[in-house]
Amino acid sequence: MSATNELPGSAEREQPGPIHHKGPGPSESGWLDPRGRGHGGRALALHRVTGLVIVFYLYLHLGVLSMLLIGSSAWSSFLSVVTAKSFLAFEVVLIAAVLFHGLNGIRVAFVGSGIAVTRERALFWAGTVIGTVAVIFAALHILGALS
Amino acid sequence: MIEEKPSPGGAVMTQTGQDETRRFRVYRYKRGDGDEHFDEFDVPVGPHTTVLDALRWIKQHKDPSLALRFSCLHASCGTCGMQVDGREALGCVCSVQDHGPEIRVEPLANLPVLTDLVVEMNGFFARFPHEHPIIRSSGAPAEGENGKVHLESGHEVTLDLPSPVPPLHHHPLHHDHRAATPAVDFVRLEDCIECGLCLSACPVAATSHDYVGPAALAAAERLLEEPRGVKREDVLAWASRPEGVWRCHVGLECTRACPAEAIPAERIMALRRELTFGGPDDEEGKR
Repeated sequence: MSATNELPGSAEREQPGPIHHKGPGPSESGWLDPRGRGHGGRALALHRVTGLVIVFYLYLHLGVLSMLLIGSSAWSSFLSVVTAKSFLAFEVVLIAAVLFHGLNGIRVAFVGSGIAVTRERALFWAGTVIGTVAVIFAALHILGALS
Repeated sequence: MIEEKPSPGGAVMTQTGQDETRRFRVYRYKRGDGDEHFDEFDVPVGPHTTVLDALRWIKQHKDPSLALRFSCLHASCGTCGMQVDGREALGCVCSVQDHGPEIRVEPLANLPVLTDLVVEMNGFFARFPHEHPIIRSSGAPAEGENGKVHLESGHEVTLDLPSPVPPLHHHPLHHDHRAATPAVDFVRLEDCIECGLCLSACPVAATSHDYVGPAALAAAERLLEEPRGVKREDVLAWASRPEGVWRCHVGLECTRACPAEAIPAERIMALRRELTFGGPDDEEGKR
């Protein structure tokens, strides 16, 4: 069909429509939006977030260790900062992230291999209980309540 | 960016038996007619009003340009899939009483929007394996000997049914209609109504547009159960592609969203189990 015989709006109709996504942010962030999700979707989002936290900490840890190259005085002054109670709270958060990522990873490994698929909800809550108890114990220990 | 527009609706109309109103925030998009936005409508509702009822009321009384897709009105056709307050649902069986005073209605996610609440489903169906059976009788196949059943295609297969196979009940209007037995015995992919809710709910499909998605993978697993001439290794090779079964991150939102209890997530995991642990015996269709 020639251009002169095209119906009004033909060009617009040929354009692809938008792909709607969940979440108010960038289109690719729909997985992060917890609204309307079940425990599986929220666990997936938290698994990704904690994975990023752990990777960030890994590089931070390597950077901090490199202070040893500067000398013992730099390391000692740094230790005085990171052993403060306020800073130790970050360690509790880190332990919580590692525990969730690890325990949920075990659940995902089992379910993703076709094992205990129908028990995935029980696995999720078992991991949650174990992780919560471990985080509480670690928090009390790190913050000095058990020492 | 989605912008808010003032409500085009005016006075609330009341009908017999509909003594309350709900505010619907409805996603709107028309090609060549500006950006996506939400319109608000106040709709009279009753105790049994569904979201689809409300949308049809809007179309009839407030805005005839509202485009929506529906057909059977009883959750069989799968055409009225949408997001209601961020969760996937079939509008025809989604009661407004299960939602608050303001209800947000959006099209299915992860599929291109054609207009308003209508999405392009070609991309959804194109994800299915090419060997996917086209249409088959929903009646139970004729019973053969030794647990085997004869399919209309002429193949003979062994189905994973409890033994002994229940007798067939011959109803004058429904040939080969199996007598009432526990429904769990007949969980099959024929339950899938191909509504696309699982693809919309899938968090991985939000990230990766080439992921084939839960419904297509569940269909592939169904093929393994009843190959009907399709080579099992072809199905497994199709499923094990990078955009296939290993792309699933076990969010399990597909099974949660499925309105037909086709349990797509469990079928994806069964495919993985087959790919991971499947031995030589599986080549003959044994499970």
